[in-house]
Amino acid sequence: MSDEPLVLGIETSCDETGVGIVRGHTLLADQIASSVEQHARFGGVVPEVASRAHLEAIVPTMQRALDEAKVTLNDIDAIAVTAGPGLAGALLVGVAAAKGYALAADKPIYGVNHLAAHVAVDTLEHGPLPEPAVAMLVSGGHSSLLLVDDLTAGVTPLGATIDDAAGEAFDKVARLLGLGFPGGPVIDRLAREGDRGAISFPRGLTAPKDFAKHRFDFSFSGLKTAVARWVEARERSGEPVPVADVAASFQDAVCDVLTAKALDACREHGVETLIIGGGVAANSRLRLLAEERAAKFGIRVRVPRPQLCTDNGAMVAALGSHLVAAGVAPSRLDLPADSAMALTSIAVAG
Amino acid sequence: MTAALAEVGGGGLRGLGERRVVDPRAHGELLAPQIQRVLADAGKAPRDLGAIVAGLGPGPFTGLRVGLATAAAMGQALGIPAYGICTLDALGRAAGPGRVLVATDARRREVYFATYQDGVRVTGPEVAKPADVPVDAERAVGEGAVKYSDIFKIPIDDRVLYPSGEALIALALGEIEAGAEGGVLTPLYLRRPDAVAATERKHVLQ
Ligand SMILES: [Zn+2]
Repeated sequence: MSDEPLVLGIETSCDETGVGIVRGHTLLADQIASSVEQHARFGGVVPEVASRAHLEAIVPTMQRALDEAKVTLNDIDAIAVTAGPGLAGALLVGVAAAKGYALAADKPIYGVNHLAAHVAVDTLEHGPLPEPAVAMLVSGGHSSLLLVDDLTAGVTPLGATIDDAAGEAFDKVARLLGLGFPGGPVIDRLAREGDRGAISFPRGLTAPKDFAKHRFDFSFSGLKTAVARWVEARERSGEPVPVADVAASFQDAVCDVLTAKALDACREHGVETLIIGGGVAANSRLRLLAEERAAKFGIRVRVPRPQLCTDNGAMVAALGSHLVAAGVAPSRLDLPADSAMALTSIAVAG
Repeated sequence: MTAALAEVGGGGLRGLGERRVVDPRAHGELLAPQIQRVLADAGKAPRDLGAIVAGLGPGPFTGLRVGLATAAAMGQALGIPAYGICTLDALGRAAGPGRVLVATDARRREVYFATYQDGVRVTGPEVAKPADVPVDAERAVGEGAVKYSDIFKIPIDDRVLYPSGEALIALALGEIEAGAEGGVLTPLYLRRPDAVAATERKHVLQ
């Protein structure tokens, strides 16, 4: 429908420079420039390197998105930009650029929450969001369980990691197995050749004593240490390390905890839809296990395609489109980037 | 942080307004509203602009990126060229005739510096500890010069401290009047990112 709002989204919270354009819930453009290769030799995202790459990439990425959607900045009805949470310096580049575009083209600007955008992006693929829903966001930067009552007003955080993010655990384990960065895809691939029951790794925060305080929280730091200890003990004994078995057993420990807690949250809140987003949502074991377990409870799992799960501009545009449609007032031109933006704020108040 | 508006023509420029805020934390929030205000004060709109000039630094990276991202985005949206100018050049120009060292505070007990002859840069920009700066000038300007005056041992002109927006526009006058193509706005970082390559993993067994 051509009378739906045409919304542009800009994402620079980590190492991907993303520009997306949607009309209503229809995706018109999704362009990304990634600096992931520049971070590989550091074994993790280096904030200053990411910030430099965003500045270099923002104008060409914008141009590619406009070309892909066959529109100009003048045609755009509103500009949405990730205001947080994320890397402070990286967020600032996207926010500054968005303000430049909004000021020059005289468009309203929405500074939006990155985590809520990960949820909103699913509407581009699977249509309107059944509310309430539970969303699980798992990536190198976040591991959160959220109760989504109304995506344009506020989201209730149910739990989050108390140490490493899920994707961070994949990166760290890949590094200690000498598999490179990022760790998710390579561990997923190797795990298919391994025995996931070979080694019993710990499931963080799943003991009965954790139920009261950390029922929906995650912890992956102990798991990472357990893998390191196991591998080192093997090396000391002079035996070869069965890399595929370690990968499969580690991956299963992560996915077991994630899916068990996500479905527990759905049942606790009487929710019939689980949305999974973030880069780790691309993990094949996670998708399979979530669907297997959800089916038993009659819960529907929605996972956007991998390209929309990782950080991108389309998700920001999708959330912006929700906000415009709901009549939410835009943010002001002095909106700050907020590296610790809370989920109680979906958009920076105008 | 400075936003300036000027009318360019006939080899010269006429200032229409300039606003300055000295608050390093404010760039991300305040630059765009400040540009908006300078335009509004002069009764102008963004679409009236014919070119944008931005300081490339050297200076604090975060603030530089805010300025350059804003300038590049505005240039792209308006379909007008954006020109980058070494920020020290604005101080070198303002310092007047003679041989002048321009030094700004680079933090970490270092300065960004360049040498100028009659307002034209002859060496630099570079970054160094004040004691390692090769001083080949009759006087020095800039906040870095004031801060480390005892080390430079040449007269300090403390009237020239911050670059003016109008001086930046003046430095791009030739390109503006020639309608030259805009450049890619990359900061003059002069320093590599602080990051160490991943090393051997730490042992967990004692
Ligand atoms: Zn993300």
